[in-house]
Amino acid sequence: MTINKGDTLIRVEQLHKIFGELHALNGVSDEIRKGEVVVIVGPSGSGKSTFLRSLNLLEEPSRGKVYFEGVDITDKKVDINRHRRKMGMVFQHFNLFPHKTILENITLAPTKLLGKSKEEAQKHAMELLELVGLEAKANAYPSQLSGGQKQRIAIIRSLAMDPDVMLFDEPTSALDPEMVGEVLELMKKLARDGMTMVVVTHEMGFAKEVATRVVFMDEGQIKEQAEPGEFFEHPKDPRLQEFLSKIL
Amino acid sequence: MLQSLQDRFVLNFIKDDRWMYIADGLKVTLLVTFFAVLVGIVLGFLVAVVRSTYDKTGKLKLLNILCQVYLTVIRGTPVVVQLLIIYFVIFGSVNIDKIFVAVMAFGLNSGAYVAEIFRSGIMSIGGGQFEAGRSLGFNYVQTMRYIIMPQAFKNVLPALGNEFIVLLKETSVAGYIALQDLTKGGDIIRSRTYDAFMPLIAVAIIYLVMVLIFTKLVNMLERRLRSSDH
Repeated sequence: MTINKGDTLIRVEQLHKIFGELHALNGVSDEIRKGEVVVIVGPSGSGKSTFLRSLNLLEEPSRGKVYFEGVDITDKKVDINRHRRKMGMVFQHFNLFPHKTILENITLAPTKLLGKSKEEAQKHAMELLELVGLEAKANAYPSQLSGGQKQRIAIIRSLAMDPDVMLFDEPTSALDPEMVGEVLELMKKLARDGMTMVVVTHEMGFAKEVATRVVFMDEGQIKEQAEPGEFFEHPKDPRLQEFLSKIL
Repeated sequence: MLQSLQDRFVLNFIKDDRWMYIADGLKVTLLVTFFAVLVGIVLGFLVAVVRSTYDKTGKLKLLNILCQVYLTVIRGTPVVVQLLIIYFVIFGSVNIDKIFVAVMAFGLNSGAYVAEIFRSGIMSIGGGQFEAGRSLGFNYVQTMRYIIMPQAFKNVLPALGNEFIVLLKETSVAGYIALQDLTKGGDIIRSRTYDAFMPLIAVAIIYLVMVLIFTKLVNMLERRLRSSDH
């Protein structure tokens, strides 16, 4: 099935996630279309990270369904690993593999999971490294890189799988301020190139500039969503107004 | 003085080829240790995988209970008692090679400790590594194999090396089932010559040298594996 720009890529139906006493997601439904850059904002504990992590089932929903490219991936009979290859994910703490070189970090999944030859995977990895200007670090280990460099490697490690969507879980929150820019630049470039992205972040500048849609979550629900101009200029939900007044 | 030392040396080791007790005993000790280490690693690895899979996913519940019983029994009783039970109770009615019994007993014993060492190593790797692997599309086993285990192994290498040194020395109780290992060999010489000093010090020195060589090897391996930490 080919999916064209504007078609539904991910559909979420009535998602609930309960951690013991905590109702982290309380009936979230949404549709993410190909080419969209959706930025999710909200106070801490609002369920935004849980929602993002539910999209590739790193967090297994307690109730509700997630459809990815038309397939119900919450179905136990579905091979989730196959679908995750098409959903890149970037974490707050990078999670590079410390025992592998940068090049090995990038080529591990393509060689083991996509059956690419080592040469082919390395060639693609070098192209991606050139894209982010880190080709000199190919044989370095993660511990030799700065935070900003690590996160850019983490992003292209996901890109090496040629994903249909990229999920970002607070990708700049663990970075020193002077390194936030380089990571956001790369994300903007991805967005310009048409990558479908779902981003949980506190970077309102990024949301205003790049997002096609901004989603406000609170108490495990989507309280408001709009295109950035409308979202930031005319917020309707009182909690969103309060949230924006605190951070802007 | 020097003359008497030389006489005692000849009496204990040269006369009647008594050094053969030491040499043959050393062979037995090395053989038992080597295969017990292998049994211990395989068993410990499997138990650790079952236990941490249960901890992480809640699967393998029955196997996990089995493993816990094994760990409790083995770690809660002395190795000598385990050796005696395996030889006189479990294999009591069959004629069986004592070396095989010793390998089983020490391997079974070591496996329990190795299991906990491996498990602590697996648990020491942050959840983020696991999630990164899974999010790329690796399944549970692949994530363990390519991402978690190599890091865990590196972290537990010192503890693992220590466990094997302990095992090497623990095999010295093999004499309880009349297996002529290094310690027993020295003791036999003592009972023949009525000289305790020479054979027992010789045995002690041989253990010490083996431990030193082994420690050196583990350190070399550790340094090689640390090459990714700068």
